[in-house]
Amino acid sequence: MNAPRSSIRSARNDPGTEPRAVRLVIIAIALVFLTVFVVLPLLLVFAQAFSKGVGAYLSALSDPEALSAIRLTLCVAAISVGLNLVFGVVAAWAIAKFDFRGKAFLISLIDLPFSVSPVISGLVFVLLFGAQGYWGRWLQSHDIHVLFAVPGIALATVFVTFPFVARALIPLMQEQGIQEEEAAISLGASGLQTFFRVTLPNIKWGVLYGVLLCNARAMGEFGAVSVVSGHIRGETNTMPLLVEILYNEYQFVSSFAVASLLAMLALITLVAKTILERQLDQRQYPSDD
Amino acid sequence: MTIEVRNLVKKFGAFAALDHVDLRVGDGELLALLGPSGSGKTTLLRIIAGLDWPDSGEVSIDGENALSHGAGERHVGFVFQHYALFRHMTVFENVAFGLRVQPRAVRKTEAGIRARVRELLDLVQLDWLSDRYPSQLSGGQRQRIALARALAIEPRILLLDEPFGALDAKVRKELRQWLRSLHSEIHVTSIFVTHDQEEALEVANRVVVMDKGRIEQIGTPGEVYDHPATAFVHGFIGESIVLPVEVSDGCVRLGGEALNIAADGAVSGASKLFVRRHDMQVGPAGSGALQGAVRRVRAFGPIQRAEIALSAGEGATVIEIDAPRDRELQSGDIIGLQPRRYRIFAVQDRT
Repeated sequence: MNAPRSSIRSARNDPGTEPRAVRLVIIAIALVFLTVFVVLPLLLVFAQAFSKGVGAYLSALSDPEALSAIRLTLCVAAISVGLNLVFGVVAAWAIAKFDFRGKAFLISLIDLPFSVSPVISGLVFVLLFGAQGYWGRWLQSHDIHVLFAVPGIALATVFVTFPFVARALIPLMQEQGIQEEEAAISLGASGLQTFFRVTLPNIKWGVLYGVLLCNARAMGEFGAVSVVSGHIRGETNTMPLLVEILYNEYQFVSSFAVASLLAMLALITLVAKTILERQLDQRQYPSDD
Repeated sequence: MTIEVRNLVKKFGAFAALDHVDLRVGDGELLALLGPSGSGKTTLLRIIAGLDWPDSGEVSIDGENALSHGAGERHVGFVFQHYALFRHMTVFENVAFGLRVQPRAVRKTEAGIRARVRELLDLVQLDWLSDRYPSQLSGGQRQRIALARALAIEPRILLLDEPFGALDAKVRKELRQWLRSLHSEIHVTSIFVTHDQEEALEVANRVVVMDKGRIEQIGTPGEVYDHPATAFVHGFIGESIVLPVEVSDGCVRLGGEALNIAADGAVSGASKLFVRRHDMQVGPAGSGALQGAVRRVRAFGPIQRAEIALSAGEGATVIEIDAPRDRELQSGDIIGLQPRRYRIFAVQDRT
C-alpha cells in the first residue's frame, strides 16, 4: 500500500530526475564559472608568455635574474619539503599513535599557518630576526644573515607549508590504528624496523600527497616570502616575487614567462594529485571484513 | 613454559581493569580467559604479552620476570582480534616478518626463512595462498595466517585475543576444533580470550572466569559448569533459571511461600536460587518444590523448551525449562517442578 506513494516521493526528491533544462542550466553555470575564473587566466598566462614568440620566451627564462629566481625557488622548496616531511611524519606519528596531554592543542597548532595571513607569518620573522628584532643584535654581532637572505626565506616558507604533510597523514594514520605496529613489536621488530617496514609502507601514498601539496605551496608562496626577502635582485627573489617585479616594470613577456613555469607546476601538481588520490582510495583496504 | 601472574593491578583512570589478579598457567596448557566485555581479560592478555603495563604486580614467564622485558624480547606469539596482518605484504612476507627482523647474528639465511615459512603455511594448511594479500583472504584464512605469523618466531607461549570473535558461526566451529588439534600437535602453552562460554568450555583444558577485573573461578570446563563457585559464574556459564528467594533458618521461601528444598547451609537473608534449565524435573501437579502453569512449549531435537508461570510469586515469575520429551507438555498444563540440582547464593552488593 505504501510502496507506490513512497516511490513517487523518492522520485520527486531524487536529484537525478530534475528537469533537463534545470540540469543544463546548472552545468552551464559551473562551466562558465570555471572557464572565466580558471581556464581563461591560465590560457592568458601562456598567451602572454609566448606573445613575442618562443625565442623571447626562452631568452626571458634564461635571463640571469630569472635563473637565479628559479634556483632560489627550487632550493627553498627542497629545504621546506625536506624539513616538513620529517616534522610532518613525526607530528602525525605522535598524534595518531600516542595519547598524551596537550594533544588537542598540538593539533590546532599544526593548523595555525593555515589560519594566519602569510604576511603576518613573514612579519613574525622580521620581529624575531630583524635588526631591531628580538635576536637581531646577537645575529648581527655574529654576522649571521637571516632576514633578506636565503635562511629567512626558507624559514618563512617552512612555517607557511608546515601543515600539509601532517594534515595528510593524521587522518590516515588514525584510521589505520596501531595494531600492525603492535604486531610488529611483538614479533620482535625494533622501533626503527617497525617504522620502516610497517608504518611507512602503509602511509607512503599519504606522504607523497602531503609532499606534493607542500611543494606546490612552497614554490608559489608570495606573502610571507615577500616580507622577509628584501627583494634583492638576483639574490633573494623567488619566482613569484620576480613575476611581480617584472610585471611592475612592464616586462610582460618576461613576467608571464616566469609565471608560466608556476602555472605548469600547478598543472603537474593537479595531475599528480589526482593520481595519488586514486592510489590513496585503493590502498585503504580495511584490515578486517 | 609456565606463566605466573601475581597480584596484578591495572587501572584506566578510576576504572579498575584488573583488580589484584593471581593466575598460574602450567606448561602446555590451553587456557581460556572467559568473561563479559570489560571484565579485564584482554587487558590481562596484553600485559602478559608486553603490549600493556600493569600499575603493580608481577608477571613471570618460565620463572623469569617478564616485566623487565619489552614485548619484542618476551618471545610471545600474539594473535590479534582483528588479526593485524600487514596489509602491504603478501601472506608469505607476513609470516616471514618475525624471522626477517631478527638481529643479524641469529637470523636464518634466506633459504632457511623460506623453508620455515613453507613449513608454517603447511601447518595452517594455507600454503596455496602465499602470494595473496591479506585483503584477498577470508576471515578464517586471515585468522590462520595470523596464527602462522605468531608461530614463526617459535614463541614460548601463544596468546590469542578473541581468536574467533570476527568469524561467522560455521567457520568458528571448524576453527575451534582445528585450534585444539593444532595445540595438541605443537603443545605450546596457550591462553585465549573469549566472551563465548561454549567456545571456552569446548576448546580449553582449563577455564578462568573473570568479571569486573577479578577472577571468579578457575577450573576445568566440567568444574566451572557443574560446580560454579559464585553467582556470577552460575549465571554466566550455561543457561540458568534465577529465582529471588529468602533464606531463613534453613528454609527457602519464594514470594513468601516455603519451598520444599534444603537451604544447603546458605546464610539467612536475601538470596538467589540458581537452577540449570535442564535440572528442573517435571512432575504432576502438587509434586515438587514449585508449581506452575505451562504457557508455551517449543519442541526441537531431544528437548522441549517450556515457559512456565510460577504460582509462587503471584504468577508474575516466568521461567524457561528444558525438559526431555518423554512426557509431552501442553500449554495450560499445571505441573510440579523439582530442581534436581541447584545452588543458593546470598545476594551481595559488590561495589
